[in-house]
Amino acid sequence: MENIVYTRIKEDINNNDVVLYMKGTAAFPMCGFSAAAVQVLSQLGVTFKDVNVLEDNDIRQGIKDFANWPTIPQLYVKGEFVGGCDIIREMYETGELHDLLREKQVSFEEAA
Amino acid sequence: MAMDAQEIEQMIKQALPDASVDIQDLRGDGDHYAATVLSAAFEGKSRVQQHQMVYAALQGKMGGQLHALALQTGLPE
Repeated sequence: MENIVYTRIKEDINNNDVVLYMKGTAAFPMCGFSAAAVQVLSQLGVTFKDVNVLEDNDIRQGIKDFANWPTIPQLYVKGEFVGGCDIIREMYETGELHDLLREKQVSFEEAA
Repeated sequence: MAMDAQEIEQMIKQALPDASVDIQDLRGDGDHYAATVLSAAFEGKSRVQQHQMVYAALQGKMGGQLHALALQTGLPE
């Protein structure tokens, strides 16, 4: 019987092109790293679903096990784990994030 | 609840013996570090996989005892 938390996570990441598991919300990030991830996505003009792990301890631990990644935030694009704050920032700076979004046909502001 | 830079370096080198590890203490509180880890073991690995290898070396301390480790990984120059 699959872990129900994994089922919920899979539903979220498969029903939304871009999902950011974070501390706080996009409007009110509660941690510097989560805020930095939100900033990158906002600058790119990407619509994304924010999941506040502080409101749900099952998800907070479950997402770390799911991705075998020990920290928050975590970014998912089209159901695939992309990375945490460092990787999101690095990919943004090198243009790899733009390439990934194009490849996955996720709309964003090309000029950003 | 904190770690010191030598402990982090030593754990990473135990798992990645050839690694060059450069650690900066971002806030002096033993909880917020930045580290650059270069190792031939990262060859052919994605960034996520490279970071996961470093987290594995830290044996579960990442996200618990060690709150923040801004990671940069890559192959030796």
